[in-house]
Amino acid sequence: MEKLISLAHGDGGELSHRLIRDIFVEAFDDKMAALFDAAAITMSSRQVAVTTDSFVIKPLFFPGGSIGKLAVAGTVNDLAVSGSRPAFLTCGFVIEEGFPIGKLKRIVEDMAAEAKKTGVQIIAGDTKVVERGSADGVYINTTGIGVYETGIGCSLNFEEGDAIIVTGSIGDHGIAVFSSREELGISSPIYSDCASLNRMLWDVLEQTKGIRIMRDPTRGGLATTLVEIAEDFHVTMKIKELEIPVKREVHGVCDLLGFDPLYLANEGKAIIICSDNDKQMVLDILRTYPEGKQAAIIGSIIGKDKGQLLLETPLGSTRGLSRLTGSMFPRIC
Amino acid sequence: MSMLEVLKQSSNPEICKPMAKAVIERAKHFHETFGRRPVLMEVCGSHTMALARTGIKPLLKDHVQLISGPGCPVCVTDQRSIDSMIALAEGDNRIICTFGDMMRVPGSNKSLLDCKIAGKDIRVLYSPIEAVSIAEANPEKDVIFLGIGFETTIPILALMVGEAEKRGINNFSIWMATKLLEPVLRYLLDAGDVQLDGFILPGHVSIVLGEDSYSFLVKDYHISGVITGFETAELLSGIYKLIGLALSEMPRIQNDHPAVVTKKGNQMTQRWIGRYLSKCDEAWRGIGVIKGSGLDLRQEYDKYNAKIRFGVETIEPRKTKCRCGEVIRGVIAPNECPLFGKACHPMNPIGPCMVSAEGSCAAYYQYMRESY
Repeated sequence: MEKLISLAHGDGGELSHRLIRDIFVEAFDDKMAALFDAAAITMSSRQVAVTTDSFVIKPLFFPGGSIGKLAVAGTVNDLAVSGSRPAFLTCGFVIEEGFPIGKLKRIVEDMAAEAKKTGVQIIAGDTKVVERGSADGVYINTTGIGVYETGIGCSLNFEEGDAIIVTGSIGDHGIAVFSSREELGISSPIYSDCASLNRMLWDVLEQTKGIRIMRDPTRGGLATTLVEIAEDFHVTMKIKELEIPVKREVHGVCDLLGFDPLYLANEGKAIIICSDNDKQMVLDILRTYPEGKQAAIIGSIIGKDKGQLLLETPLGSTRGLSRLTGSMFPRIC
Repeated sequence: MSMLEVLKQSSNPEICKPMAKAVIERAKHFHETFGRRPVLMEVCGSHTMALARTGIKPLLKDHVQLISGPGCPVCVTDQRSIDSMIALAEGDNRIICTFGDMMRVPGSNKSLLDCKIAGKDIRVLYSPIEAVSIAEANPEKDVIFLGIGFETTIPILALMVGEAEKRGINNFSIWMATKLLEPVLRYLLDAGDVQLDGFILPGHVSIVLGEDSYSFLVKDYHISGVITGFETAELLSGIYKLIGLALSEMPRIQNDHPAVVTKKGNQMTQRWIGRYLSKCDEAWRGIGVIKGSGLDLRQEYDKYNAKIRFGVETIEPRKTKCRCGEVIRGVIAPNECPLFGKACHPMNPIGPCMVSAEGSCAAYYQYMRESY
């Protein structure tokens, strides 16, 4: 019979001990940290970056990833786009009573694999079990700690002519998750772009000097993230619709359902704004990584006053873009 | 060339920019001949969105007046009907299934989304036929599908009833609020509120209806129409040809989408519709009741008719300054409504035109609010 999570797995007794020992400690491979109530880490006196994120995705497994992979990549990317080098993660699990232990194991293994790939250590964790119906499967929170290095980072000194770069095709994650829901019946799988970008972005930061800002366009998509930058830093940007990489399959599903790829979530993409001088070098570095193969310059900063995001259509006309308003719902016809 | 390559070509600027130039030249010729811009109405909400999103509308605005017509199914739904659907959702032991567009449409007091947040079981379906399976899986509950839509959607509703009948499912019903294109176009032309030189007709609706279904426009109203698709090049081609027809003063219906639209339409879907549905009078937002402008379930399928199975009580709809009704009829542009962009915006829609994915106000707000 399939083994399921019971409330007793969360009560701190023998079952809790076994769950942590057999699943978490086994996967995360850090037997020392598990012996204490807190993990001890050694850090230099440099400035550190701290971020936290909760993952409540449905379905838990989707083409190209799982909630486990996402919980690592999402937090690692937040640290990476902040200009720091991700070093440690903690994780908190909220598990619904009745959740299959086999699935939990897969999720934890995905986390461990992604952490190993990115070079971050998962140093502390917590599990709680809630009654059936009080949660939807599994929720994960990860907190990340990154280290800044002197002389490396984003300057925030925007100038007219700065280039706007996106590290690859947009909307893959949004459509992958959406179309993996059974009722949609879309047969050709679209894979989520879910990936940690820390090595690629660190390379860019180390090798170039003209990086103004980096952001990961997750919920709300490319447009919402750019609008936030435009408003926060009072820069007017113009992006060209034709230059924005969008996979044909993603375009197809968007056409079908009335979605706009500009507003779809990404989990393995970054926006980089850099000086005009550095743009080709940034692009060259990005393209040496599998996650950055399709990197493209999609526009530039055209002014430093209004704080707007403009889109040039293929016909040459220009329109303003705003934040995503509410959730996107599929249309009737 | 594959279909995908065709689609890619259809937004290729090397093709589209010269086409746009040709449209402008032809519109100038029209202006020289008649002393005014040509006035064209896009009937369909998807066309409204596509014309705004692609930038065609703003690009042509000095040369061609493009007016949005009554083709957004959510927008044309009468307020009382919307209030009824929301009241229906408030009943106990029900699962309400709906197209996503309806969720945020404001009722007089609340929206379906508000009901969902308050705990009602309201599900957005991507494939409507799934509602029948939901009913099968939940025999203890009443599963009701909110059946709004034009000719593109109506065949699916007929198919759903057929499926429920075949599977012997008795806890499934549809709240019918469908609309037909011809009666509302006749209404607009008879009312004469707007002077039109031609109709941009929707490719997908025409797949069901067929080219011949528009012959009344020529015969009774001496006005032309061009059936076209939704891509940039298709839209520009349609507009170009429509101005040409208006210039020729020899009205006719031109099928610019012949690969998929036939003269007689999809006979199979029409048979389905005929078997399960019959014409009824429907109330339209901003217009009122138009005779024979909708389809309801035939009497023998009363058991699938939510309006017969469930009585709902509604209050007199809340009166607002929303001018959706005039927007739908093409009498005013969205930004001429005093609420537009002020009290009414996508986060706080007063009328359905601001929230529907095909609404004129939503298209205008999202894509054409400011000109640059």
